[in-house]
Amino acid sequence: MATSIRGRGGIGPALPLLTPAYLWLAVAIFLPLSAMALFSFMTDLPMSGRDWSLTLEHYAAFFSSGLYVTLLWASVRLGLEVTLWCAVIGFPAAYVLARVLKGRAREAIFLLVILPFWSNGLVRIFSWAMVLREGGLLDTVLNAISPFRIDIDLMYSYPAVIIGLVHSYVPYMVLTCYLTLQAIDNALIEAARSLGASRLQTLRRVVLPLAMPGLLAGSVLIFVPVVGSFMEPRILGGRTGTFYGTVIEDQFVAVFNWPLGAALSFILLAVVLVILSLSAPILRRVQ
Amino acid sequence: MTKLLGKLAAQAVLLSVCAVSAHAAELHVLNWKGYGADEPWAVEAFEKATGHKVVNDFFNSEQEMLTKLRTNPGLYDVVMINAAFTGQALAESLIQPIDTAKIPNYADISGDKASSPMLNQDGKVYGVPWVWGLTAIAVNDKSFETLPTSISVMWDEAHKGRVVIRDDAVEAIQFGAIASGQDINDIKDMDAVKEKLTSLMPQIRTFWSSENDWNQMVASNQIDIGTYWSGSADRAKTQFNLPVSLVIPEEGAVAWLDAFSIPVGSDNVEGAEAFINYMIDPEFYVEWVTKVGAPVSANEKAVAALPEDAFNRAVMGDPKVADRIQFQAPVTDEQREKYLAIWQELKVEAK
Repeated sequence: MATSIRGRGGIGPALPLLTPAYLWLAVAIFLPLSAMALFSFMTDLPMSGRDWSLTLEHYAAFFSSGLYVTLLWASVRLGLEVTLWCAVIGFPAAYVLARVLKGRAREAIFLLVILPFWSNGLVRIFSWAMVLREGGLLDTVLNAISPFRIDIDLMYSYPAVIIGLVHSYVPYMVLTCYLTLQAIDNALIEAARSLGASRLQTLRRVVLPLAMPGLLAGSVLIFVPVVGSFMEPRILGGRTGTFYGTVIEDQFVAVFNWPLGAALSFILLAVVLVILSLSAPILRRVQ
Repeated sequence: MTKLLGKLAAQAVLLSVCAVSAHAAELHVLNWKGYGADEPWAVEAFEKATGHKVVNDFFNSEQEMLTKLRTNPGLYDVVMINAAFTGQALAESLIQPIDTAKIPNYADISGDKASSPMLNQDGKVYGVPWVWGLTAIAVNDKSFETLPTSISVMWDEAHKGRVVIRDDAVEAIQFGAIASGQDINDIKDMDAVKEKLTSLMPQIRTFWSSENDWNQMVASNQIDIGTYWSGSADRAKTQFNLPVSLVIPEEGAVAWLDAFSIPVGSDNVEGAEAFINYMIDPEFYVEWVTKVGAPVSANEKAVAALPEDAFNRAVMGDPKVADRIQFQAPVTDEQREKYLAIWQELKVEAK
């Protein structure tokens, strides 16, 4: 370990710098997570003198009915769709920010992109509820300018969930793509152009491959939390808003079945890790 | 250096003394938000009369309430518990016996509620009945010329996509039991319940979870009808001037009883007793009903103090209503988990 760290004194001098971060990670992430891992194998919580023993029944419960598998698939699909939309919307925005706009204009647009981060997630979702419902802002504005009647009632539907989630997560995509796009050497693009590549060819063969790390980092940052999301589907999804995340939330909040909730969460973690590791070789080749 | 340390220590002691003395007069109350105990005028009147400072804390589900009691022993002095959960709280040693002699208004509580086996064990009282109400259906007055009388209106094609039901497994299953003509506390034919609820799903707009959800959907005219609590429907009408009417269907409705308990480890039992006494007092109740809207008090004198035509006296006190309501009995953890599994399955099929 120490040999891999170059420099004069090995890992020794680095310790004071590393310790706070790792101590924090150990206390804030590792301990609660390992407690949850233990819970997921227990029959009941060791609270107020309840009896408990170790069991695998909660993991078996996942496979015992098609319910959880169906929901997990629905959540993975939701994650893929939201990531795709974030890329479609976020990448062009990042491109313009990084390569077209300069100075004040860039700062202003940048501010608009990260503005959603400054407001509470719940507030954002409730504002969408006001916009999307029948007789809401979108409906009223569209009908005010349209000569014929349009019925817009997106609230409590699958598209509403997608809209809410894309809005919440698109800044990640813009920021990660912006960083890689900005780092591209202008000379490369000029070279491509002077050698006769069209704008589209330059984008496809030069810019996109070089921006791939940012696109991928953004996708991972978005995909992982969206698969487990529960607040947006519950508020915006209505009847269609049952996803894997909401089912986990129910186990913790509605029936106090933490062991099953924990087991379902770890299965989600495992599935996400499998998806990421399966896609890693493909992604590496693309890069 | 030692001087400085000594000073610091003295300060720390002083601070902790202040904290303790402040705490002694504090009264921590755990209840639903916007449910009587946190009304500013009530808190003010109580604080003025007794000198105890009320600190309100809230829960969003009975499970959350139990979790808060389990994880904060000694913090709360008064907790509001649905009587169907009092037994569970007692079994986990979360609440202590109450000396009803210290609560003068206890004598006026209707006998059948005070002696409910859900609140009494081994001759000791663990819960003081506060209010009771119904989980029935409420309608948006704008969508109905005459009020419906049967629960079947929820399945009426005319209201497709404008029906709501609460996202709560136990409530949904018991609603299905009433719709299929069964005893809510002893459901024999679960398939009939599932069938009823499955056919209800296409009618549903969304699942509500809080009073606020329901009121907002009526205010923006998004729904026609849905399951609702009697006290909330009254509040929607009285406090928010919404076009909401409660219907107690001829098929019946689920009745619940809310009671106050004192958690184990409370350091202000005297204040807790005074607070519970104030909560069941006729004067507080009449003001609560008039200003805000409330469920039916368990105190007979409090209900009698309402105007004769008041909903809580005229309709809820009607013997014909009493005949068709079913009081909710405790639900075991196994039943609750089973209900949740069924409810989740129904919701997934409806996607």
